[in-house]
Amino acid sequence: MALKIVKGSIDRMFDKNLQDLVRGIRNHKEDEAKYISTCIDEIKQELKQDNIAVKANAVCKLTYLQMLGYDVSWAAFNIVEVMSSSKFTYKRIGYLAASQCFHESTDVIMLTTNQIRKDLSSPNQYDTGVALTGLSCFVTPDLARDLANDIMTLVSHGDCVKRKRCSVLIMYKVFLKYPESLRPAFPRLKEKLEDPDPGVQSAAVNVICELARRNPKNYLSLAPLFFKLMTSSTNNWVLIKIIKLFGALTPLEPRLGKKLIEPLTNLIHSTSAMSLLYECVNTVIAGQYCSSVGSVVLCVQKLRILIEDSDQNLKYLGLLAMSKILKTHPKSVQSHKDLILQCLDDKDESIRLRALDLLYGMVSKKNLMEIVKKLMLHVDKAEGTTYRDELLTKIIDICSQSNYQYITNFEWSVSQPVTPHPPGISVSWWTIRVFAVAQMATLLDNAHLLTGSMQRNGICEVLYAAAWICGEFSEHLENPLQTLEAMLRPKVATLPGHIQAVYVQNAAKLFATVLKSQEGNTDSTTAQETSQLMIDRLPLFVQSANLEVQERASCILQLVKYIQKLQQKDVEVAEEVIALFAGELNPVAPKAQKKVPVPEGLDLDAWINEPPSESESEDEQPKAIFAKEEPKHSRPRHTEVDEKELARRREARKQEQANNPFYIKASPSSQKVYQDAPGVEHIPVVQIDLSVPLKVPGLPMSDQYVKLEEERRQKERAEKKKKEKKKRKEKRSGRGKKHDSGPESEEDITPAHMVDIVTEEMPEVRCVSLQIQFSTSRIFNELSPSSFWVFNEKKSSKHKKKKQKKEKEEKEKKKKKKKHHHHHHHSDGGGEESVQNGTVEEEEPLPVSVYDIQGNLQDGSQVVVSVIFENKCDSFLKSMEFNVLDSLNSKLQRPEGSGPHDGLTVPFQLPPGVSNEARFVFTVQSIVMPQKLKGTLTFIVKDSSTHEKLDFKLHFTCTSYLITTPCYSDAFAKLLESGDLKGSSVRLEGVNMPFHHLLARICFHHHFSVVERIDSCASMYSRSIQGHHVCLLVKTSGQTVSIDAKCDEPTLLGNVLDEIKQTFSQC
Amino acid sequence: MQFMLLFSRQGKLRLQKWYVPLSDKERKKISRDLVQTILARKPKMCSFLEWRDLKIVYKRYASLYFCCAVEDQDNELITLEIIHRYVELLDKYFGSVCELDIIFNFEKAYFILDEFLLGGEAQETSKKNVLKAIEQADLLQEVSQTPKIFT
Repeated sequence: MALKIVKGSIDRMFDKNLQDLVRGIRNHKEDEAKYISTCIDEIKQELKQDNIAVKANAVCKLTYLQMLGYDVSWAAFNIVEVMSSSKFTYKRIGYLAASQCFHESTDVIMLTTNQIRKDLSSPNQYDTGVALTGLSCFVTPDLARDLANDIMTLVSHGDCVKRKRCSVLIMYKVFLKYPESLRPAFPRLKEKLEDPDPGVQSAAVNVICELARRNPKNYLSLAPLFFKLMTSSTNNWVLIKIIKLFGALTPLEPRLGKKLIEPLTNLIHSTSAMSLLYECVNTVIAGQYCSSVGSVVLCVQKLRILIEDSDQNLKYLGLLAMSKILKTHPKSVQSHKDLILQCLDDKDESIRLRALDLLYGMVSKKNLMEIVKKLMLHVDKAEGTTYRDELLTKIIDICSQSNYQYITNFEWSVSQPVTPHPPGISVSWWTIRVFAVAQMATLLDNAHLLTGSMQRNGICEVLYAAAWICGEFSEHLENPLQTLEAMLRPKVATLPGHIQAVYVQNAAKLFATVLKSQEGNTDSTTAQETSQLMIDRLPLFVQSANLEVQERASCILQLVKYIQKLQQKDVEVAEEVIALFAGELNPVAPKAQKKVPVPEGLDLDAWINEPPSESESEDEQPKAIFAKEEPKHSRPRHTEVDEKELARRREARKQEQANNPFYIKASPSSQKVYQDAPGVEHIPVVQIDLSVPLKVPGLPMSDQYVKLEEERRQKERAEKKKKEKKKRKEKRSGRGKKHDSGPESEEDITPAHMVDIVTEEMPEVRCVSLQIQFSTSRIFNELSPSSFWVFNEKKSSKHKKKKQKKEKEEKEKKKKKKKHHHHHHHSDGGGEESVQNGTVEEEEPLPVSVYDIQGNLQDGSQVVVSVIFENKCDSFLKSMEFNVLDSLNSKLQRPEGSGPHDGLTVPFQLPPGVSNEARFVFTVQSIVMPQKLKGTLTFIVKDSSTHEKLDFKLHFTCTSYLITTPCYSDAFAKLLESGDLKGSSVRLEGVNMPFHHLLARICFHHHFSVVERIDSCASMYSRSIQGHHVCLLVKTSGQTVSIDAKCDEPTLLGNVLDEIKQTFSQC
Repeated sequence: MQFMLLFSRQGKLRLQKWYVPLSDKERKKISRDLVQTILARKPKMCSFLEWRDLKIVYKRYASLYFCCAVEDQDNELITLEIIHRYVELLDKYFGSVCELDIIFNFEKAYFILDEFLLGGEAQETSKKNVLKAIEQADLLQEVSQTPKIFT
């Protein structure tokens, strides 16, 4: 025997014990995993030995490894072995290991039942102790059922206090697992409430309290007993439990509440233990003590003491409890507003957030302005933190709660840069519109006051909204002339560009209104003076550095000049001018921007990307930047328009479009895409918008105007049921202009508007159309067009002449390309299988140019490809069919019922010299790789009736799946910190351009936005349609540019980087 | 109480006690999340946070964070008291406890915790009694152990 013991000790001497293991792990920090795997092998060897000491040691080590996160479930049986050792030392370790490693699905647990039963009835109280402890952690329903009786025996017959106490506590776990045991056990449990030993008593209170929280009504009968305990007990632990129990009981028995008030208030007054005080206060709040205002006041007073305490924890809990009182007794809390506002200054963010929660409920009509003012101060202080975002959200919540019921001063609310002006208020738009317009006009009038102090660019954003509202609802203005004057003040030129642009645009609307009001007035001086005012003031904006402003101003200036000419001839023009803003001209401006070549040095990011509505809503939900948020424009914007009316109009429009050969129909599938989008079908205007290309490549700018204008005109015309013929003529004339008028030819266009808009528009239609402006700009921001290349595969040309011609053409195209370099529009093989017709000399190709691939934000797997077909030959082309060979990854969406190889009919015919656009939707599975799709276009040449075929290739670059998404620097930093992104980098040599050009180029070609720029280093961000984040860090030194990039999808990143590299190798 | 975690400032778990049955995977996820959340908090912040549907009460003692998860209706202050009580017990037992004591004698730390809490409820509120129980159990262990002649 002795020899065996000694032998065991010798064995153990060579084993690692727990301390050795811990030390070993600490010494092997580099190759911890390797070290541990050798340790586990050793442990496995040790477990195979018979010696229980060795086994226990091994199990102890395993328990440690389990905590480090290693799987030790394979040793479950060994743990049971150690548990059943007769020696307390090993048993203890066994039970510890079991309580750490076992859970309900561990199958060896059922083997332990008898062992545990034995240990429970062991004469050694420590054996019982460890068994109960272990059981409390891994009790299963089976164990609970089998052992319930044994535990009950312990409870009633336990000779030792500790054993009794533990067994009472463990009963709770048993009841949870095996509820049937509760009924027979309950009388004994109740007995224990009056046990002479305070430990046993408190255990029983604990168990009943926990049970009562789950099902209070069964325990109501115990209330008198507990009441006695509460008034007699001095043990705070027990008191807290009892009070908590009453908190659960009182909602069921209001009389109990009345009875409790007295002892509770006594406790609140007398106790020095904060935990008890807090529990009492909580119970008073939670219970139905609403009748007693006195007790609530007492609670609030006590809470005030907690909040005033220097202990952060008490402060936090005080505020937490306050917010509970706020729900039932807002008045009593409101009187402590000072204190709560003080807490906003606390250094602890969680406390500030609690205080913010409280503020929300404390707002009344009277104090709203004051509170918001205070909050605004904090916003300034908290620049760039998440707390600031929370603050902004709260301010908006506070202002908008209960549908703006507390906002008495609308002008004030609008003058708050963070109040949810246009988007938020437009919810209750129609009711307050007239009022709002008046307020806005005042605001504009007083804009100089704002501009003085507004170097914080928040405030001036409100002017953006104000100007728009005044322009759009100018009919509600009392004195449009005065507002117009205010909008054209020279000081406006100091405002940010996007606001100026809105000013200019809306000045034109106001101008129209003024003309209208002067119509019929025999004295035309006012009207003429107004025109003169416009002509005088607009040149200031024409000189603006901001393209958008420049563009709009010069356009409107020419228009006004023309109107002035007409006025001088006494021609009534007001109707026409008004009609100008009735149609879909509004969306022109943001799109026009796209076609303008980017001048050197233009910072593309300081751009209209941040209309206030956008920036504010992003402030509201900064976290959503990285989440896949629902596109914002799916928000129903004008529910007030009758559904039926909408349907009717939609139908009418479809009808028109069908009858109109020039209307560019979206392919049926693309139509479907938008309709599938949730909520979008309620916004007919969105569909209209999307059927208009956001960008037109390589065409002279005026053509764009003409085209849009034509579309609009055609719609109006169909309404008027005019005949087709006349229009065709006009269209021809419009097209004729296109070729000789350069981008600056607005003068030619404006009359085109004038001639045609002799329509009386339905006023409701105007209401709808005015929404477009906002919705387009949203879409415009969200779906930024993407680059791509198209290659028309060159086939052998038959005629030298033709070839030469083509080369010439190619050159021209390249020139264009440079001009519109953001289009990336690349027609490699200019000419191709040409259209055969009589005279060779006139033979011209039909180029197909895909000019745009757009990701569809609503569906991460769809891209829309817009293709412009231009007929350059002299024959009429018809029956065009567009087909693309689907790849595994990308598929052309075809209408239902058509086979996978069927082509899509292009929904128009092409007369000579005419171009038109069609859109095709592709479903793309994976966006991490660039792709080339082969396709063919077949068509019939009318004169010769020959069937022709044209091959082309579509390039989907990875860049085209990226969507320019603005990102705040703090969100950006968080994203980088998150560690989910994988890195990669690229080096560009010999890049000889200023850094800002370089950035602009990346922004433009690859849809990034600059997050932050410091000297020769900039961080950029973009997001794919499937929500991958792409972050770049661009650094430059000399001619070398290094780009460090991170993305959650390494393949995508690699390809994007390759594309960036290619972009710069081309220049 | 649902569970208790002890972890170091570096985020290393030093002790874990689960009073609710959860799979290893869930446990790992919870402790990872929670450790990250708490370590990200600034030192002057209060000891409570709402996390999922639980209330987390934590306190830092030297380089160790003690963290308990309690249910919504539970009293935060008493939980804080439990944490403090446990630290006092460790301190008494080890004699001015440090992180290394808990690392190297982690099973002892568990025994003390088990003696103090059972199934997530305080079973013995008297420090003296807990320590006495531990001492006696240790004594029992010494008696049953073989004389350490070689070690």
